[in-house]
Amino acid sequence: MRHLLALRDLDPGTIVTLLDAAQRLRDGEAPPSPAGATVAMLFYEPSTRTEMSFILAARRLGAEVLPCAVEHSSVRKGESFLDTVRTFEALGADALVIRHPSSGAPHLVARHVGCAVINAGDGMHEHPTQGLVDLLTVRQVKGRIAGLKVAIVGDILHSRVARSAAWGFAKLGASVVLAGPATLLPAAPPVPGVAVTASLADALAGADVVMALRVQLERQAGGALPTLAEYARTFGLTEERLALARPDCVVMHPGPVNLGVELGAAVAEGPRSVIRRQVANGVCVRMAAIQWALGRGAGAELPAAATAAGEISRGRARPEAVEVH
Amino acid sequence: MSDVLIRGGRVVDPSREFDAVADVLIRGGRIEAVAPDLPAAGCDVLDAGGLVVAPGLIDMHVHLRDPGQTHKEDLGTGSRAAAQGGYTAVACMANTVPPVDHPVVVEYLRSRAREVAACRVYPVAAITKGLQGRELSPIAALAAAGAVALSDDGAAVPDAGLLRRAMGYARMVGLPIIEHCEDASLSGSGVVHDGGQAARLGLVGIPSESEAVIVARDLLLAEATGARLHIAHVSAAASVRLIREAKQRGVPVSAEVTPHHLTLTDADVGEFDTNRKMNPPLRTAADLAALRQALADGTIDVIATDHAPHAVEEKRVEFDRAPFGVIGLETALGVVLTHLVGPGILTLPEAVRRMSTRPAQLLGLPGGSLRPGDPADLVIIDPHLAWTVRAEAFASRSRNTPFEGWTLRGRAVLTMVGGRVTHDLVGAEVTA
Ligand SMILES: [Zn+2]
Repeated sequence: MRHLLALRDLDPGTIVTLLDAAQRLRDGEAPPSPAGATVAMLFYEPSTRTEMSFILAARRLGAEVLPCAVEHSSVRKGESFLDTVRTFEALGADALVIRHPSSGAPHLVARHVGCAVINAGDGMHEHPTQGLVDLLTVRQVKGRIAGLKVAIVGDILHSRVARSAAWGFAKLGASVVLAGPATLLPAAPPVPGVAVTASLADALAGADVVMALRVQLERQAGGALPTLAEYARTFGLTEERLALARPDCVVMHPGPVNLGVELGAAVAEGPRSVIRRQVANGVCVRMAAIQWALGRGAGAELPAAATAAGEISRGRARPEAVEVH
Repeated sequence: MSDVLIRGGRVVDPSREFDAVADVLIRGGRIEAVAPDLPAAGCDVLDAGGLVVAPGLIDMHVHLRDPGQTHKEDLGTGSRAAAQGGYTAVACMANTVPPVDHPVVVEYLRSRAREVAACRVYPVAAITKGLQGRELSPIAALAAAGAVALSDDGAAVPDAGLLRRAMGYARMVGLPIIEHCEDASLSGSGVVHDGGQAARLGLVGIPSESEAVIVARDLLLAEATGARLHIAHVSAAASVRLIREAKQRGVPVSAEVTPHHLTLTDADVGEFDTNRKMNPPLRTAADLAALRQALADGTIDVIATDHAPHAVEEKRVEFDRAPFGVIGLETALGVVLTHLVGPGILTLPEAVRRMSTRPAQLLGLPGGSLRPGDPADLVIIDPHLAWTVRAEAFASRSRNTPFEGWTLRGRAVLTMVGGRVTHDLVGAEVTA
């Protein structure tokens, strides 16, 4: 049992272990049965895509899924977030998948429960499984991460997708540039060694990977941007602008795309776009994440007897020890 | 109450630039003499060899949550926490429920303090009615009832015209204005300093300018009106620059800084630690260095705790939903001795001046001195006693300290108010 809270917490070896496990599942490997495991879905912020993807992943692993329709639950009655979460633990959940509008909410939970916690997106902080999806997708197309130049473009300030991707790519040896309008950049680089710029041209120059972020004008970005049209004019990714990147660059987007805003239609549906592949990788990555968090599979597949013997499990159950690069 | 001779301690009295080994004789609750080798006739004798005897600490910025939020703290628990920390007097802020914007609330606090308090309690009254920032509170009546200063702490007075009138009025009745400097339009929904940690954790940031633009505005208004302005909990280097320049011009301004802003930075928020969430937020290492420098050179006058108790359940929530504030009465002296006096940023007498003598002067209070004839408000400090901060042992009703687990060197071992012992660490350990 362990927590998947942020890619910032994971060492490169663990990230590679998770990507390898996801890739094996993608290639058709049958998942080991997580006999009797129960996974609870706590979505305090609606996200049909991510929730579906986690539910499918848990079901394919043969786990029982406890859904939580937060709108109708006791949250409305003033029960604290932690009280609700503890109820799910008491109901027998082995893992809690948490999507929450507050940055750090899964960290709070992890400090107060005895089961595994998987962050399915917390506020403006991280979305680690989406970061793993992005890494896996690039690795499938490019065959590697190390040495690539990755440009992440858009509302950097509010984007948990940008943070997780930046950590993930940086940890696996890519150089990362975060670019967006000055009003949507953080006061300091969110990840050590990562560049932050308001110049789209600098970010795109020679990029191997270009990731556009969704602009949510109705939400956080309101007030920081005059209009969506203005965003499209200054930071929208068109074929002409992509000419600054490498000809074989990969174009990504966590979805759903505001066509004509973050990406022109020609780019979104063009040959360099891997947006559909990202979606397709979602379930396998989340299967790998759940297995890993439960300590079943993904580099931790030990018989119960071995886990009980301290020596052996210390040696093998810590994928941190895996050498990469 | 019996007469006491405190024998052979290092007596530190910044009000008289006195620092020497001496005896302190207390009769009838007052200091009778401070001199070597005083006769002990008819007195209890307290051996203070190796200890420091100083005027009792005075905290000009605490929140006692009484009336209205006594699940966090009340006058009894808050004043006992003060006594444990070596304090003999505190000024409590007006943002209670109801707020201190009516003479009746001032009278309630004063009479309640007489009944239950373990230290002197001085109410600070609201500048504006209901702390709403729209109309002046009855400042003259509040002053007559016993308020020692005016503050809407928790927020700045947003309307510059209103603040200008408040300053004129406060000057007339002789009270200082204590301002919480924060421009709400710049802070927005921010919860931590707008810097590296906000960027890493994905939290909304509060920029330093949020404080400094109001400091600048208030300094101009204080200069124009001649009102005495005290800047609460300075956190940013930019504010320090402005205050330093204003003091050089002769603007009647003073300022305070908290022990946590002198020792912690935004990085210490760690993994969303709500016991490190306060307003103003912990800032950068450069800000921290500027605050220490400003304290050392006198630009910042006073160390105040901004003791802000919150119940455990209130802090055990999502970071952005947790209330701002940390407690500080029981740790301030230890933190200052360990992290400011220890490394030589302040001398011990300077530390006492900033935690006792200077606050007494700024608020016009008794105390802050060991002059013969003064009430025997004093603290005996063991400067070498090493102890570990354990919030569960605090007298405060709340536990939200940012210093949990820290090992500190130096602690109040005995506190006395008007000759009455309010905290006795040695006695407590013997009887325990
Ligand atoms: Zn305060």
